[in-house]
Amino acid sequence: MFLYICRRIVYTVPIALAVAVVCFSLVHLAPGDPLSAVIPADAPAEVVERIVQAYGMDRPLPVQFFSWLGRAIQGDLGVSVATGRPVAGEISRALGSTFTLALAAALLGFLFGTLFGTVAAFLQGRWSDRLVTGIALFGVSVPHYWLGLLLVIIFSVQLDWLPSLGGGSGSFGERLPYLILPAVTMSFIPMGIVTRTVRSTVSELLGSEFVTSLRARGLSTVSIAKHVAKNAAPSVLAVMGLQFGYLLGGSILVETVFSWPGTGYLLNGAIFQRDIPLLQGIILTLSMFFVALNLLVDVLQTLFDPRIRRS
Amino acid sequence: MLLSSWIRAVISRRRWIKFASGILLGFTLSLTLLTACQPAAEVTDSAPSAPDSGSGGTVRIGMTASDIPFTSGAPNSGFEGVRFTGMTLYDALVTWDLSVSDQPAPLVPQLATEWSVDEADPRVWTFKLREGVKFHDGSDFNADAVVFNFEKIFDENAPQYDARQSAQVIARLPVYESIRKVDDYTVEITTKTPSSLLINQLPFMFFSSPAHYEALGEDWTAFEIDPSGTGPFMLEELVPRERAVLVPNPNYWDENRMAKADRIELIPIPEGTTRANALLSGQVDWIEAPPADTLAMLEGRGFQITSNGYPHLWPWQFSFAEGSPWLDKRVRQAANLAINREEIQALLGGNMIPAQGILLPDDPAFGNPAFEVRYDPDEALALLADAGYGPDNPLDVKVLISTSGSGQMQPQPMNELIQQQLAAVGINVDFEVLVWETLFDNWRQGAEHPDSRGAHATNITFATHDPFAAMVRFVYTDSAPPNSLNWGLYSNPEVDALIEELQETFDPEANLAVYQRLHETLVEDAPFLFVAHDVGPRAMRSEVGGFVQAKSWFQDITPVYLN
Repeated sequence: MFLYICRRIVYTVPIALAVAVVCFSLVHLAPGDPLSAVIPADAPAEVVERIVQAYGMDRPLPVQFFSWLGRAIQGDLGVSVATGRPVAGEISRALGSTFTLALAAALLGFLFGTLFGTVAAFLQGRWSDRLVTGIALFGVSVPHYWLGLLLVIIFSVQLDWLPSLGGGSGSFGERLPYLILPAVTMSFIPMGIVTRTVRSTVSELLGSEFVTSLRARGLSTVSIAKHVAKNAAPSVLAVMGLQFGYLLGGSILVETVFSWPGTGYLLNGAIFQRDIPLLQGIILTLSMFFVALNLLVDVLQTLFDPRIRRS
Repeated sequence: MLLSSWIRAVISRRRWIKFASGILLGFTLSLTLLTACQPAAEVTDSAPSAPDSGSGGTVRIGMTASDIPFTSGAPNSGFEGVRFTGMTLYDALVTWDLSVSDQPAPLVPQLATEWSVDEADPRVWTFKLREGVKFHDGSDFNADAVVFNFEKIFDENAPQYDARQSAQVIARLPVYESIRKVDDYTVEITTKTPSSLLINQLPFMFFSSPAHYEALGEDWTAFEIDPSGTGPFMLEELVPRERAVLVPNPNYWDENRMAKADRIELIPIPEGTTRANALLSGQVDWIEAPPADTLAMLEGRGFQITSNGYPHLWPWQFSFAEGSPWLDKRVRQAANLAINREEIQALLGGNMIPAQGILLPDDPAFGNPAFEVRYDPDEALALLADAGYGPDNPLDVKVLISTSGSGQMQPQPMNELIQQQLAAVGINVDFEVLVWETLFDNWRQGAEHPDSRGAHATNITFATHDPFAAMVRFVYTDSAPPNSLNWGLYSNPEVDALIEELQETFDPEANLAVYQRLHETLVEDAPFLFVAHDVGPRAMRSEVGGFVQAKSWFQDITPVYLN
C-alpha cells in the first residue's frame, strides 16, 4: 500500500511539470501585452521599456520560465502585476471562498445525486425514475451561468429573498445567505453526473447474479442495498472525486455571475487584466489541487476495493 | 451486452431530451410571465433639499473594475480608478471643475492657488500652494509634501520611490523633468521642453501624506490599507476585491465640496449583467456602465439613467502608409460626408453624440472648421468622382475592428452600419476582426507593421480631454510608432507647427486660440473618420440625489446622497 502511494506520488511530478509548461506557454501565447494592466496606452517608449525591465519581462521566455518555476517550487508565486500584492496571498484568500462554495455545492450535489440515482435505479422504468433522470439530464446540460442568472432574477430581483452579489461579511450566519444561490447553481452539474453514475452502477449491480442469490436467500431490500452500496462505492467515489476537483477549480462563470470572491473570479480578473503572474499562480495551484485530489481518490478507491491495488 | 446497454441508454436519453426540453420551456415561459407581471418600482418625483454634510446615507456604487483601484495615491484601473480612489481621497494641484455639466469640464486650481511660467526659461513653472490644508492624519500639506510625492513617482533613488505608483502616473506626466522647493508654500517644476501641456497633466498627480507614510514604517502596502490624503473623503475600510468604504473628511478645506453622504461603498462588479442585477436586487444604489441592452428596462423600472457627452471619440484612424486610398484628402472628406451619424445614433438607442470633429461640438476649442462634418452623400460622390473613383473604379478599403473592448461602445453593429453607408457611395469596406487586446496592442505598432495586415484604418476609441490625449499622440509626426499612437503615420507640417506653437503658448487665451486652429486644421484635413462621442450612461436608484454628470471621464461624488 505504502509503495503504491509512493509510486503514485512520483507519477505526479511529470504531470505537474507538464502543467507548469503548458500554463506558462498558454498565457504567453495569448494575445496582448502582459503589462498592459500597468502601462497606459500612450506611455512613451522609454517608460514602457523601464516598466518591462522592472518586471523582468525583457528576458527570453525560457529564462523567465525557469526563474518562475524555481521560485514557485519554493512557494513564491511572485507578485501580481496589477495589484502588487503577493500572488500566494491572493490565491490563499480566494481558495478559502472557493473551498466553502465547492464544499457546499458538493454536499448538495452528492447528496441529491446519490438519492436520485438510487431511487431511479430501484424504481427503474417508472415515472419517478423518468423524473429523476430528467432532472439529472437538465443538471448536466444546462449552462451554469444561465441557471445562475435565472436564480438571481427569481430569488434576488423578483422575490428579494437572497443576495446575489459577493461573499458577504461578518459571522457564518450572516454570510450563509450569500452562499445559497451560487452553491445551488454549482451543485447542478455534480448532482446530474452523480445521479447518472449511481443509477447506472446500481442498476447494473441489481441485475447481477450475486444480488439474485442474496434475494434468493431472503435478505431484506435494506440489506441488499447495503451490499449494492459497497460494490457501487468505488466507481461512484471516483466520479465524486473528479467532480469535487472540478468544483474546487472554481467556476469562472458562476463565480463571476455572483461576484463570489473565489479562485474563478480571481482568474477571470487576471485574464482580463492579463495579470500573468497571478494567472500562472492560479492555474498552477488549481492543477496541483486536481492532481492531489486524483491521487487521494485513487488511494481511497484501493482502500474500498483491493482488486484495484492488485491490478 | 455492452452495445445493447449503450443502445438502451441512447434511446432513453433521446426521450429524456424531449421531456427535459418541455420542462425547460415551461419553466422559462412561467418565468417570463412572472417577470412581466411584476409591478415597476415606485418612482418618486419629490426632490427634497440636499442633506447636510455627512448625513446623506450610504451610497453603494458598483464599479466596472475587478478590484478596488490602488488607494495609496496613484490609482490603477484607468480613469475609473482616478474617479473613485483618486479624486475622492486625494487632491491635485490643478483639477477639473466637475460641477458644470453644460460644457467639457474646465481646469481649475485645487491645491495650487496660482502659477506662472518663467519668461526667461519657459520650462520653469512656479506654483503657489494653498495654505491651511491638512492631510487626513492632521499633518500639513506644504512644499515638502509636494516634493516628496513627485520624488515618490519620478526619482528611483528616493527612499519613498514606489515602482507601482510610478507606473500609473509617469506616463500621464510625460513633460515633467524636476521639482524644487522654493519656500514652504512655493514649488518650481521644470519640464523637459517648454510645454503648456503640463497644466493638463497635473490633475493625475495626487498627494499622499509624508508624515503618515513615516508613521506606518515607510511602507506603501500599509498605506494602501490606511491611506492619508487631503481629499473630501477618507478611507474607512478596504477589503481587496470586495469593497472600499469612504467616509467624509470633516476637516476638508473646500467647503463647497463637503461630502454629503455618510458613507460611499465602492464595490467591484466587472460583469455587466451582474452589475445590473445587483442594482435591481437593491444590493447597490448606483452602477457604472450598465449594459446597453438593460438601459430601457432599468428606466422602465424607475431607475434614473444619467448620461452626458464626455471627451471621447469613436473614430476610424486612417493609414497614410504607401498605397492607402486615404492619402487623398478628397477621399477622407468623402467618407466623412457619406456616413449618416443619426442612423448610428438611432442604432444605439440615442446613446451617442454625432461627432463633428475630434472634440465635442460644444468644446471651447472646437473652433470653426472650414470643412463641416455632416451627412451629404451627393457631395461625397462628387468628391470621390473628382478623386477618380466611381462605378468603374471602386474603392476598396480594409479596416481593423474588434467585437468588444473598453470604450468601444458596440463596435460590430456600428461598423456594419458604416460599411453599408459607405457602400452606398462606392466605398467597399472589408473588416479584419481582431481580439480587442490584439487590436489595442497593434495601436502602438503602426499601420506598416505586419500585424496590421495591410489595413487602411483602425477602430480604437480614445479620450480627448486635453490636447495631448486628443491630438498630439495621434497626429504629431514624432508620435509615429514606437513613440506613441500615430498609428497611421500621419504627417502634416502645418499640424506639427501648430502643435509646437501650442506647447510654447502659455497665455491661456492665446493657448486656446492655437488649440482652436489646430482642431480646425485637423477637421479640415480629416485624418480620422469622425463618428461618435459616447455619453457614458450610469444607472442609479431614484433615491440617489445630488449627482451632476459632468462632461468628463471624471465625476464628483461629494454632492451625492441617498434620500
